Amino acid sequence: MSEVQVDWPAYRSTEHRAPKRPLATLPEEVHSLEGPVFGDEVLEPLDNDLTKQHEGSPLGERIVVTGRVLDDLGVPLRGALVEVWQANAAGRYRHDVDRHPAPLDPNFSGAGRCLTDDDGRYRFTTVKPGAYPWGNHPNAWRPAHIHFSVFGRAFTQRLVTQMYFPGDPLFEHDPIFNAVRDPKARELLIARFDLETTEPDWALGYQWDIVLRATPFE
Amino acid sequence: MTPTPSQTVGPFFAIGLSRREQHVLDANGATLHGRLLDGRGDPVPDGVIELYDPATRAWGRSPTDSAGGFSFLVPREASRLWAYVFARGLLRHQLAAIDLPHEGLFDIHLQGEQETTFFAV
Repeated sequence: MSEVQVDWPAYRSTEHRAPKRPLATLPEEVHSLEGPVFGDEVLEPLDNDLTKQHEGSPLGERIVVTGRVLDDLGVPLRGALVEVWQANAAGRYRHDVDRHPAPLDPNFSGAGRCLTDDDGRYRFTTVKPGAYPWGNHPNAWRPAHIHFSVFGRAFTQRLVTQMYFPGDPLFEHDPIFNAVRDPKARELLIARFDLETTEPDWALGYQWDIVLRATPFE
Repeated sequence: MTPTPSQTVGPFFAIGLSRREQHVLDANGATLHGRLLDGRGDPVPDGVIELYDPATRAWGRSPTDSAGGFSFLVPREASRLWAYVFARGLLRHQLAAIDLPHEGLFDIHLQGEQETTFFAV
């Protein structure tokens, strides 16, 4: 079972929010429902380059993150809307609720979006986000991660998840990462450093494929 | 291939998901208001609802406000909308049905006596 455990006390915010009742059976017509569909009109020119959305360059380690959006049979999904958001290199989000006393970066908003190409590929240029503390338990720190939101072809393929970086020492201490109980499934959340993707004299490259549930029609 | 597991949307999703107004499924539609509530009946101020109308394929998204409130303009002829619910503390999104027309607020209860019926996806 690759799914995350929704009722997971180690992540304290689940206590009053994780539903407790058995799930109802989804009507067949919803399984086969397509969409929503998004087009170029939802994009702005610099949406896929988070390092160029301001006058200057953001601080931090410049990276390229790319991969394919696939269904469970490995079929690439083209035109899939991929939205990302993340902390800056110091581990601070540009959000009013984030009180971590790390600096904001005037040259970094931390949001991007793109549509996958004909091979199902997305690609973002950004900076590596920093780890940051949170209030879940004493000395709690989130491993560095980028939030991903993905729409597939089918309504039921919707996915919101987080991408992590290889070798992070915080993995074993993070209840959100470990809410995926199967260690093999957790590995699916970790990007792979890739020298081929790395741009000489410019940015380190990471590859991360996103696999959605079955496409219920063809 | 094994599907990529879900992770919570977290408290800071507005950076990426709410940069623009997206709550209009139909500009001439009817207003649908509701609240997202936790197991104690307290508002969930850091959630986001996505609404989809199977009939018109219209889609919209509304973050919740400090009172847990969300708001959409939905097609007047819509009969059943599907709502994905995301929030800090939800490790996976939940799927609820909204049957229309609906009088008053449509409240989504994540837990408790009045827990909303969520569907297996």
